[in-house]
Order: sequence, then structure tokens, then C-alpha cells
Amino acid sequence: MASKTDVQAEEVQNTTGITPDSLGDTLKKAPELNASHVDIQDISGGCGASFAALIVSDAFQGKSALQRHRLVNGILKKEIAAVHAWTPKCLTSEQWEKEKAKMR
Amino acid sequence: MLSRSLRAPALRGAVVALHPSSTASTLLPRISQSLIQTRLLSQEVRTAIDQAVASAPVVLFMKGTPETPQCGFSRTSIQILSLQGLDPRKFTAFNVLEDEDLRSGIKEYSDWPTIPQLYVNKDFVGGCDILMQMHKDGSLAELLSKSKLIVEESGDIEGEKAEAVRETTEQSTGARSKDAKGESS
Repeated sequence: MASKTDVQAEEVQNTTGITPDSLGDTLKKAPELNASHVDIQDISGGCGASFAALIVSDAFQGKSALQRHRLVNGILKKEIAAVHAWTPKCLTSEQWEKEKAKMR
Repeated sequence: MLSRSLRAPALRGAVVALHPSSTASTLLPRISQSLIQTRLLSQEVRTAIDQAVASAPVVLFMKGTPETPQCGFSRTSIQILSLQGLDPRKFTAFNVLEDEDLRSGIKEYSDWPTIPQLYVNKDFVGGCDILMQMHKDGSLAELLSKSKLIVEESGDIEGEKAEAVRETTEQSTGARSKDAKGESS
């Protein structure tokens, strides 16, 4: 559940120990993913229980969105169970280049 | 027959809603609380979820009800399905908030960590993110129309219809898609 106060939010963060950095590190270290780019954002507004992720890996090549999410969710199984919301965006490096080109 | 074999309380609630004549006393008592602690999917819960998944061509496990969703991601999923023109007679929703066994059980059953979860023809499709993505790229319209799960409109050819649904839904959800992502555990 999303925290209602800052004090609660801090407690959540302290008890779960989950931060954008810790999530990112776990993903970057996963050999099966071999991610070339990982960007995690706290979208909870400070309560530390909602995260959006951008993950770029060629391990996603030829995989459906479902399979990509399963791969990532498998690596972060414990963490995802502890947070309120998790929004991964999984791209291959080719797709990521296209996204970046669009943003320019 | 369905009501007798469904055991988890949330499923029971849905059955009661579908068949107002059935009452809680005709149904089996709540299963052991210890299941929640171990988070192991018992055969009993698995069977109940099997039947829930098969109870309609399109099944959504969500927080709250379609009329009053209790979570933004569940709300978004319901909105997407209704924009797609999903035939309500071919749809059932289960409220996981009514039942902790279902709430934890469905995550293990689908090997998916978050709610909502959508099943079409007993196949797991995904959560809110994937639903949104499929809604935008047209594959959801394709999936639903292929299985004839869209409300019939007279004089339309299947393919054209799917395309039309896609166009109109894209227009109407374009602005919303930014904040309507993700799902909750």
C-alpha cells in the first residue's frame, strides 16, 4: 500500500531497503539479462513503493512483452513483492535507439 | 455445479453475484489461514483458480469491482476492456481484495507478481502495462475480435471492425496513456 505520510514512507524505505539504486544494481548484475542500460525512477512521490523502470537488453530480442517482463520480474521477485507498483519498460538496444531518436 | 466446486471466498462472492439464489451457507467454509503464511499454492486454491480462469472467455483478476475499482491500474484495465467493446456477457472479474488466498494465489498461479491480471480463453495475457501496450498497438483488438469477444455490430467485417475499434480507442485513450501504466502488487 502507498504510504500516507512521510514518516510512513521512510519506514517503508527503511524496512524494505528498496531504492531505485538497489533495484538497478540487482538488474545490472544479473548475467541472464546482461542489460546495456537500466534506469529506475521512484514514481511514488517519495513513499518509495512505486517504481518505473527502463531496461535495455538484447536478451529481450525475439521475446514478447510478457516474456520480457517475466525475465525481469524473475530477477526482482523479492523486491517486487515488497513494493506497491512496478512498471518495467523492456526494450532491445535497437528499440532503445529508435526511442532516443524520437525524443531528439 | 460451479458454485459447489468453487472454494475460495472471493470466487464464492463472484458466484453469488452471478447466481443471486446461491447463499454463503450452501458453499464450503473458508480454507485454512496457514496457506497465506507459507504462500504455497494449495491444490484447493489452484483448482478454484482453474475454474475462475475458465468461468468466462475473458477473466480479469483485479482490486475492487468493475464498477468501483480500488486501484488505478485495475481501473485502467477495465477502461481499456470497455473501450475495446468487450462483450460484457463474455467477461467476469474477480476481486482479489475480498480474499487473501486468491490475492497471493493468483500471483503464483500466473507466475506474475502484480494485480490486475487478464486471462483470455484461459491463457494469461498480462497485467496493466501489457494490456495498455496491446491496446495501443492493436493486438488486443485483434485478439478479442479473433475470438469473437467484441459486441457485435451489424454489417461489419471482422477485420474492419477490429481496425475501427483500434482507431477509436487510440483517440480516446491517447491522453491518458501517460499516467495509466504499471500495476500494483
